Amino acid sequence: MAVSFTAAEQLARRHRFQWWETLPWIAALAAFFAFPNYLAFATQVLITILFALSLDLVLGYAGIVTLGHAAFFGAGAYTVGMLASHFGWTEPLSGLLAAALVAGVVGLVSGLVLLRTHGLALLMLTLCTMTLLEQAANMGAAWTGGFDGIPGLSFGKILGLFSFDVLYFRTQYLYVLTVLLICFLVVRMLVYSSFGQSLTGVRENLLRMHAVGAPVRIRLVIAYAISAALAGVAGGLFTQATGFVNLAVLGLERAAGVLIVLILGGYGRLYGAFVGAVAYMVLEHFLAKAYPTAWQLGIGVVLVLVALYARNGIPGLAETLRGKRRSAP
Amino acid sequence: MKNWTPASALAAAAFSICSLFSVGAAAQTVKVGVVLPYTGVGAELAQQVDRGIQTFMTMNPNAFGGVKVEIVKRDSKNPSGAEAKTAVQELITQEKVDILAGFIYSPDAIASAQLVTEAKKPMIIMNAGTAWITTLSPMISRVSFSMWHAGYAMGEAAVKQMKAKTAVIGYTDYPPGKDSLDAFKRAFEGAGGKIIDEIPMGGPGQVPDFTPFFQRAKDKKPDVFFVFVPAGDHTLAVMKTYGALGMRKAGIRLVGPGDITQDIKLQAMGDDAVGLITTHHYNADLDNPLNKRFVESWKKSFGAASTPDFMGVQGYDGMAAIAYIVTTLKGKIDPDGAINALRGWKYNSPRGPISIDPRTRDIVMNEYISELVKKDGRLVQKNIGMLPAVKDMCKELAEGRCKQ
Amino acid sequence: MDLITILLGGLASGMVLFIVSVGLSVTMGLMGFVNLAHGGFAMLGGYVIALSMQHWGLPFGWALLLGFVAVAALSVVLERFFYSRLYRATELDQVLFTIGLVFVMTAAVTLGIGPNSQSVVLPDWLKGQTDLGFIQYRSYSLALIAAGTLLVLALWLGFERTRFGATIRAAVDSRRMASSLGVDVGRLFTVTFAIGSGLAAVGGGLGAEILGLDPNYPLRYLVYFLIVVSVGGLGRVTGVFFAALLIGVLDFVLKIYFPKGGTIFIYALTLVLLLARPQGLFGKKGG
Repeated sequence: MAVSFTAAEQLARRHRFQWWETLPWIAALAAFFAFPNYLAFATQVLITILFALSLDLVLGYAGIVTLGHAAFFGAGAYTVGMLASHFGWTEPLSGLLAAALVAGVVGLVSGLVLLRTHGLALLMLTLCTMTLLEQAANMGAAWTGGFDGIPGLSFGKILGLFSFDVLYFRTQYLYVLTVLLICFLVVRMLVYSSFGQSLTGVRENLLRMHAVGAPVRIRLVIAYAISAALAGVAGGLFTQATGFVNLAVLGLERAAGVLIVLILGGYGRLYGAFVGAVAYMVLEHFLAKAYPTAWQLGIGVVLVLVALYARNGIPGLAETLRGKRRSAP
Repeated sequence: MKNWTPASALAAAAFSICSLFSVGAAAQTVKVGVVLPYTGVGAELAQQVDRGIQTFMTMNPNAFGGVKVEIVKRDSKNPSGAEAKTAVQELITQEKVDILAGFIYSPDAIASAQLVTEAKKPMIIMNAGTAWITTLSPMISRVSFSMWHAGYAMGEAAVKQMKAKTAVIGYTDYPPGKDSLDAFKRAFEGAGGKIIDEIPMGGPGQVPDFTPFFQRAKDKKPDVFFVFVPAGDHTLAVMKTYGALGMRKAGIRLVGPGDITQDIKLQAMGDDAVGLITTHHYNADLDNPLNKRFVESWKKSFGAASTPDFMGVQGYDGMAAIAYIVTTLKGKIDPDGAINALRGWKYNSPRGPISIDPRTRDIVMNEYISELVKKDGRLVQKNIGMLPAVKDMCKELAEGRCKQ
Repeated sequence: MDLITILLGGLASGMVLFIVSVGLSVTMGLMGFVNLAHGGFAMLGGYVIALSMQHWGLPFGWALLLGFVAVAALSVVLERFFYSRLYRATELDQVLFTIGLVFVMTAAVTLGIGPNSQSVVLPDWLKGQTDLGFIQYRSYSLALIAAGTLLVLALWLGFERTRFGATIRAAVDSRRMASSLGVDVGRLFTVTFAIGSGLAAVGGGLGAEILGLDPNYPLRYLVYFLIVVSVGGLGRVTGVFFAALLIGVLDFVLKIYFPKGGTIFIYALTLVLLLARPQGLFGKKGG
């Protein structure tokens, strides 16, 4: 009797690169040449993609719902900013590493404390942690510049070769794109590793994970710390690309914004961050250009429609149209 | 895991939408990019500046010497600096504007400074009041105010005119608040007064309940209580709390920069605000012929219930500055020419005579000391003193970051 | 400053938080629905109240009633047509929907009425101060305290002593069991949602003096409402009441003695409380 192993085969093979996975990167490079005047905006989109990707690691794969992820983004952003303005440390790559380190530590500590809870309590705790950091940044305004921020930051050459392009953002765009690619590969590898699988296990069936004796909490904390480090890199990139940092990097607007981006793009899908960030930010940007006072209405309607008619974001919309149902990875 | 290609498809589709919106620059017009927070917490303030701009165009249709002026508006959304910077970048590279204007919030102006220096585009600030902003770029010129204009003047007036000896300062805990604190303190103590307490009163985002802060001030029993809060809803809450705690009966006089008596909020303040003394460069009740025409034109355009305020006149004067640049350079805007044209520029504004300091590129103007009185059932600002041609004392005294 | 004045001040602001948040707690506890647009109903109610008083000269009490009814009616429409479709959806889809709804509400008000803030003009008997014998205190604050206390008593009686209240409590504890016992859960949701939103509307109008009233209201105060609800425990009216008071009073006290600390205290307090008792002060464990 011939037994079909397609499901098993699919599982075993899915970590291999598919041809279409190169498309987003080709599109990003194409955008570089096609839209030379929009690269400042495009760089912000890439940074948001990285940020959303880091969130996906905890939200989409480990099932941790957090409204405070900007805490790590901000930690990274301020690390780079303060190193540059107070210590004259403007080497970009080492600055990013410092940002990742600091944010990762913040993530580790907060994860150890907070991940004992779940649900609404965890949501509120992450929110409170982020807001406390924001308040601390305001109180330490001598260091952080407070509401007005740290102005006029400029950074050294990347690898000693490429200097930042103040007006057209060409260098910034390619720099951020490269860092994004590297981080993406790291996340992808993690997700398909046994570590990543155990995270999915935790998300899908916590009880069973406990039953098979898997050390649940430590995995969650590690995932949380890694995600925090990545968010810190995104924050560091933000300060380097924008040449400016202020309290908004630690604010609810940013944290809620990245959550919306990820929900819209589809969480737990690895590419959801790409879809969501591009769709949301491009839509918002051009709506705001055309209707500076009324664009919020349009965005709100879009969000409502997607939530009502698409389960799990925009990809869900396409799925509904195709008549398929989402199956767990 | 599901195979899906929404990323690529959507990215391509989304970016192609961009091309539909790209705008080419016309040849013989001067393009002005206006960056204001049209949505979010600053929407009300943006509306006032925007209306000021419109009123200038209405009242002075021939101010540009025949050159066509096209205004491109961009929303700077929340005061994160990043949005404003992206907007400015695109205005420069995509819309190819000649001049930038607007900027309500200081972080938005601060973040954009690098860009305008690099691109060599003149930037006219129509609000952002942190004193040292003008030092950030040689392309920046400000027609609005620095926190030190009103704060310093109020400090001096409190001692010299009101004969106050002690003061408590309440301020919203962010840079404009601290600037205001520093300015008032410098002047008040310089004139012989004593500051007995400095109370930070929450952040600019949410309007806090001022009762605990005001109660603390009341307990200290100062002669005057100097309060700075950002223009907007904070000011109403301040007045209500002052009245609710019976502070006037306790003999504590409330003073502050005119931000706390913003004209659009004035009538809602009620009788609690009567007797309040403020110092500012503008209020709608200023008694000069140009202001009367300004207010009249405003009300005609936007309704009898509307009123201009200091942000409105700043929008107006900003456009006047731009008109001066356009006519002086005859429509060919070269950046250094523009900034140099403004150095020493003098103008008769609804707020009285103003000029731009050639050294600091910041505004020099009268500061009016006013007392709120009730007349015909309405709250009206009565002029009780004036300091002519006031400069930004922070830069004059080279305090802290103001060192140029 | 003496203890009484401090207490009264904190209680007054706590009461406003309570009146607005109680509806959120019940709907979140009952329907398990993350309604981040709750503040939007408070804002809309505040606008109805303020504008009906300004343009139609409606007296304060009647305006409050109108606000309740109008917003409750609107919430019924929204619930039947939109919210109910998302009961089985993931929490994140609910977040997406309600955030989108808040954007729509904020933008609609900004475009339709204007970005300026509105004020609710208090009737004369609420202005000024009242002499309580041992102290003179702001009449408005005293009225808020009275209103909040009456409300919590009314709600408590409603929950504990009426059949309807018992039905809600049962459904909060176990929706499935209640349903299998013949409770029309769908209708229960609609009615509860309407009452919760109506209360938020009244809170929006009553609290306008303290919290202000403008298009950005919903997002600005969302965090506070969520804090009160999570600290109090989902679905527990008494929980929300005490959490609101606790937060109101402590915030007030700490601002007087440590103004530099700013709003840090509320967040630090919430952090400590939720770590110690994740289910909230009055919530049930395992929730």
